[in-house]
Amino acid sequence: MMYFSRLKTALILGACVLGVLLSIPNLMPAPADWLPWRTIHLGLDLRGGSYLLMEVDMSTVIKERLDGLADQARRSLERAGVRPYTITEQPQDDRLLVKTPDATKLDATAAALRELVTTAGQGVGARPDLDLAQTPEGVTLTLSQVAMTDRANQAVQQSIEIVRRRIDETGVLDPVITRQGQNRIVVQLPGVEDPGRIKALLGTTARMTFRLTDENANLSATVPPPGEEFLPFQDKPGQRIAVRKRVEVDGNNLTDARAGQNGQTGEWVVNFTFDSIGTRRFADVSRANVGHPFAVVLDDKVITAPVIREAITGGRGQISGNFTAAAATDLAVLLRAGALPAPLTVVEERSVGPELGADAIRAGALSLAAGFVLVIVFMGVFYGFFGWIANLALVVNLIMMMAILSLLNATLTLPGMAGILLTLGMAVDANILINERIREEVHNGRTPLNAMETGFRRAFSTIIDSNATAFLAHVMLFIFGSGPVRGFAVTITVGIVTTLFTATMLARLLMVRWYAAYRPQALPV
Amino acid sequence: MFFRPALRFVPDNTRIKFMRGRFMGIAVSIVLSTLSIGLFFYPGLNLGIDFKGGIVMEARTEGAADFGKIREALVAQGIREPGVQRFGTPDEVLIRIEAQQDEKATEQVVAKVRTALEQAQPGTKLLRTDAVGASVSAELFRNGMLALGISLLMILVYIWFRFEWQFAVGAVVTLILDVTKTIGFLVITRFEFDLVMIGAILTVIGYSTNDKVVVYDRMRENLRKYKTMPLRDLIDLSINETLNRTLGTSATVFLASLPLALFGGATLSGFAWVMLFGIFIGTSSSIFIAAPILLFLGENRLRRDSAAPVAPAKPAR
Repeated sequence: MMYFSRLKTALILGACVLGVLLSIPNLMPAPADWLPWRTIHLGLDLRGGSYLLMEVDMSTVIKERLDGLADQARRSLERAGVRPYTITEQPQDDRLLVKTPDATKLDATAAALRELVTTAGQGVGARPDLDLAQTPEGVTLTLSQVAMTDRANQAVQQSIEIVRRRIDETGVLDPVITRQGQNRIVVQLPGVEDPGRIKALLGTTARMTFRLTDENANLSATVPPPGEEFLPFQDKPGQRIAVRKRVEVDGNNLTDARAGQNGQTGEWVVNFTFDSIGTRRFADVSRANVGHPFAVVLDDKVITAPVIREAITGGRGQISGNFTAAAATDLAVLLRAGALPAPLTVVEERSVGPELGADAIRAGALSLAAGFVLVIVFMGVFYGFFGWIANLALVVNLIMMMAILSLLNATLTLPGMAGILLTLGMAVDANILINERIREEVHNGRTPLNAMETGFRRAFSTIIDSNATAFLAHVMLFIFGSGPVRGFAVTITVGIVTTLFTATMLARLLMVRWYAAYRPQALPV
Repeated sequence: MFFRPALRFVPDNTRIKFMRGRFMGIAVSIVLSTLSIGLFFYPGLNLGIDFKGGIVMEARTEGAADFGKIREALVAQGIREPGVQRFGTPDEVLIRIEAQQDEKATEQVVAKVRTALEQAQPGTKLLRTDAVGASVSAELFRNGMLALGISLLMILVYIWFRFEWQFAVGAVVTLILDVTKTIGFLVITRFEFDLVMIGAILTVIGYSTNDKVVVYDRMRENLRKYKTMPLRDLIDLSINETLNRTLGTSATVFLASLPLALFGGATLSGFAWVMLFGIFIGTSSSIFIAAPILLFLGENRLRRDSAAPVAPAKPAR
């Protein structure tokens, strides 16, 4: 315990120097690009910004899957010649019910439907994506758990991608978009005080479709004709139009969309370009329907329904719908980024203005400094010379915490600052334990050298035990906590590790070196 | 101050008979904890929006805030029972709105508050917006409680491994008593109970365990050193021997938290006050609760021979 080999001394001092080097990036910008320059990030509560927790609406995902399945089922039953039949979607049970009035055709129905079953998931987790069951009522096709998880994963992954594209279009710097749990997405927007516009952008599914309309439909009827639906106009409240359900061209076939002004009217419009498939389809549809209106539908609202004057073969078009400049820009952004697979809802929002963040930093820094000074004075008064060694170790401790937090690219939050402060208060506990122990050993009549040796050794196991429990508690907080509280847990756990180093290694090295240099007759305890 | 220690809390040969007060200590603790549990049910914790859901917004108006006008504008926007309060300086407004039925409604209300503020006092800046939906708040609460529960369990297991079961039970029972009192403190002071407070309670648990482990460690050592000393005297001796350290560490954590409680700002001062309270509770419970419990459980049971299972846990160095 009292002997430090040269190697050990070098390692301890080296670690301290490394700590200083690694914490420098927080004080100045990178002097050269090739230098690894990792810093601590300020949390949104300190720098100002918005945190949005969004939930992907899974019921829509399941509904769409059942819609598609019903369509497939219809086709395979037609092919197998099973008739008549009824298909009912039961989204609350994640299943499709197929009934045939003729009980003798039940087996044929099941056989026809069996070919729809494929596998979902990969490797060992792979299972059939549908559970087929034959009941006296009919045949049910239930989405299996694996298939649903698979779908959910896809939907969330795809949503994250679309959300990222949409936010990038708005020019927000350093947005952080991550997945949380099964069906949630965290969006962090530094510097965004009012997330209203972004929430509006993300809250739109933005599925655009080009469809034909039915000019002869009776708009006052309660039920639309089969294969059609009544949709409202976006800018003309109260008016509706009969639109065919069949989608001629989808927004996915767009390659570009830009806001612009119509040369003649000066009205704001969105100019778009189709990809090759879209161009071909649009050309075919427009050629066959010259003189008839077609509808541009965005999320179940008709933006515009102009009459086709001639075949449109160039793959370019223009949407006009009494837009303002901002509305045209936003629509262009949404069309470029693509449609969300399911609607997103904001379930948690936290925004902090930069002023409040600055206030918080000032208050936190002030308290931190005051607490630090109080602890240092206390240690000097109550523990004398060894107290000052502890204080030196405390300063190194703070620097090393900064270094590790920078290495982890950790985020410093307001509770995190409190965590640093508490670590400083708790860190000297190890030194206090050692000092008290050495003092006791001196009173037991040991020589200075022997007392230091025994003091270190006996205090060591106590230090380990007492820190291990605190460590466990905060790891739990990190696992189960969320947001700023995690920052608190991180600073404390990191602080416990650095404390073990500075108190049991560095402080001991300093005390041993001091003793070796002066060989005092009595210890200052 | 620069070479020799200038002050100490208690003289080295202090021998206070703490175990004489064991019934008193436990009785007072049980009374306080029972009262706290009562307070937990009525009037209950002042749940923050993390756990209750709802909307809290802070704004800074240009010039002094006109609270009546702001409230009227909010009601005009169709917001029912908005809470409008002064917050810090006269130009700072705190707006609280109860949880809405669903997330969509919450989003709309946030937008309405912005409009209302702009109408009532143009030029108002929003400093902070917190809006938490009902499903998220329930989840945050569950996770917070889970973190507390599992931490206690892990502490129990750790101490059991390193010491003997009597120590572990003593520590965890004491910790539960500490936590209930802290909750009572939160109810009385009306500090908002939110995620940061769960962090504070966990830190109090960490601190309190730390303190108990140090005292226990000394008891374990003394059990081997004084094989014939009655457990009661041995516990008193161990507490006295570690008293300077106990008070010293309490003092440093206390001193570190004090500025935070006084100038730390709205979010952190509540946290720091809980810490200050927790330090007091955690330190006194090591002496007056954890030690007596060990005395009751361990009398004639704690093994003292060196072949006891305590030995392999602490190899000779």
